[in-house]
Amino acid sequence: MAQVSSIADEQASTPLSSPKSILLRISKFNPKLDESSKFMEFTVSYQKWTTVLEAILDVKKHFDHSVAVRYSCRQATCGSCGMMINGKPKLACFTKISELDSDVVTVEPMNNFPVIRDLTVGFEKLFEKHQKIQPYLIRDDSELESDEREFLQSPQEVEQYIQFANCIKCGLCNSACPTMATDSSFVGPQALAQAYRYVADSRDKGKDTRLNIIDESHGIWRCHFAGSCSQVCPKGVDPAMGIQFLRGYLLGFRS
Amino acid sequence: MKESTIMKIHYGTALASVGLVAVHILMRLTTGFADSLSYENVLANYRSVPYVIMLELILILLAVHGFNGLRVILLELKQGRVYEKAVSYGSMVGMIVLIGYGSRTIIMTNMGMT
Amino acid sequence: MTEDEHREGIKGMANPGRYGIERIAYLLMRLTGLGLLGYFIAHVYETSNILRGRMGWDDFLAMTQTTEGHIFLVLVIGMCVFHTGNGIRIMLGHGGVGVGAPARPDYPYQPASQNYRHKIGIYSSIVLAAVAMMYGMAVMFGE
Repeated sequence: MAQVSSIADEQASTPLSSPKSILLRISKFNPKLDESSKFMEFTVSYQKWTTVLEAILDVKKHFDHSVAVRYSCRQATCGSCGMMINGKPKLACFTKISELDSDVVTVEPMNNFPVIRDLTVGFEKLFEKHQKIQPYLIRDDSELESDEREFLQSPQEVEQYIQFANCIKCGLCNSACPTMATDSSFVGPQALAQAYRYVADSRDKGKDTRLNIIDESHGIWRCHFAGSCSQVCPKGVDPAMGIQFLRGYLLGFRS
Repeated sequence: MKESTIMKIHYGTALASVGLVAVHILMRLTTGFADSLSYENVLANYRSVPYVIMLELILILLAVHGFNGLRVILLELKQGRVYEKAVSYGSMVGMIVLIGYGSRTIIMTNMGMT
Repeated sequence: MTEDEHREGIKGMANPGRYGIERIAYLLMRLTGLGLLGYFIAHVYETSNILRGRMGWDDFLAMTQTTEGHIFLVLVIGMCVFHTGNGIRIMLGHGGVGVGAPARPDYPYQPASQNYRHKIGIYSSIVLAAVAMMYGMAVMFGE
C-alpha cells in the first residue's frame, strides 16, 4: 500500500509540461465541388508526445468535423495516414509535432496520388502496380503437396528479403519519388521494392517472370537512385537498395 | 529493343567515351590550348588516321548516350502512346543526323576536301 | 497528366531542397546531361567550320576565344567532370555496389543505401568539377 502511495505521490509531484500550441494548416479540397484546394487554419495545443494525427483528430472533434482523413491503427502498421507534413511525406500517426520543430504544421494530401477529399488519397494505382509485379511466391509445387511440410529457409536466406517484407503499402515512397512526380506510368519504388522482396526469397521461382515485367520503358530503368523513397520510408524498407539489387540481376551483376 | 539492352548501351557508351574524351581534351593541352586550336594543328589532327578514328568513335558514343539520355528525360516528363513514339523515333533521328553531320566534317577534312 | 492525379510535376521533380544531397545530385545530373548534349551539338557544328578553310575556321574561332566563350567552356568542363564522376557513382549503385546489404532495420531506420560512400561520391564529383573548372580557367585565361 505504501508503495502504491509513493508512486501516486511521485506522479502528483511530476510537473506536466505546459501544453504549447501550434498553427495547424489543413488542406481542404473536394474534387467534386472545389476548383482548387484551400487551407483551413486551427490553433491546436499539444504535448511532447502529441502526434500530427492526434492534432488532426482534435480539430475534427472540436472545430471542423468535415476534415477527411484516413487512419486506423495509429501505430505505423496499417499505412493509412500518409500525408505531406510540412512538405515531406510522412505518416501522421508516426510524426510527433514536437519533433517537427515548427510553430506552423501544414498538412496536405500525398503528392502523386489522386485526391479523394482533403487529406485522403486514392490507392488504386499503387495497388494495381503492386499486383502487377506478382507479389506472391511463384512455383509449381505448394507447401501442401511437398510432404505436407513448409518450405525451409536458413536464417541467412530470410535476411535477404525480410527487410523488404516490412512494407505497409503506405505510399510515402511513391509520393517522394522524383520520377513519380511526372511519370504516371512508372511502376514506382513501392512495387519495385516488392518485386525484389520476392525475387530475393529463396522459395520463389518467379525471378525471370518478374524481371520481364519490370524491364520495360516505364519500369525499373526510370529509377535514377535519388533515394528519396528510402529517406521517407517509415518502416526502414529502403526501396532504393532493393531496386539497385534488382537492377543488378538485369545488368548481370547478380544471378 | 528491350529497355535493359538500351540501358546497357547507355552505360557502355558512357564508360567508353570517358576515356576517349579525356584523350581528346589532353590533346588540346599538349601544345598549349590556343595553339592546339590553330588551323594547322586542327587540320593535322584531322589528317591523323588514329585520331580521326577516335573522333568518329567519340561522335557515335556521345550521340548515342546523349540522345538516349534526352529520350529518358522526355519519356519521364509526359506520357502517351503517340508522344512516346515521337520521342523515341525523334531521338533516333537526332542521333543519326548528328552522327551524319559530324562524320561529314571528319571524313571530308581527313580527305583534304577543305 | 490529369489534374486528379495530383502529381507534383516538374516543380516537384526538380525541387532538390527536401531530400538531401542525393536529390541535388539527381537534379544536377539531369541539368549537366542536358547542358552537355547542347554543347556537344554546338561543338559538332562549330568544328564543321574547318570545311570553310582557314578563313572560316579563324572567323568562328575568334567568336569563341572571348571572355564569355572561355567562361562558357569553364562551365562545360565543370558539367563534364561532375556528370562523369557522378555517373560512375550511379552506375556502381545501379549494379548494387556500395548500397549496403539487406538487414532487419532498427528504429530510427537509417536507410543503408543512403550511406557515406555515395555521399562521398557526390561531394567528390562536385569538388573535382570545381578543381577542373579552376584548372580550365588557369589554362584559358592564363595564356
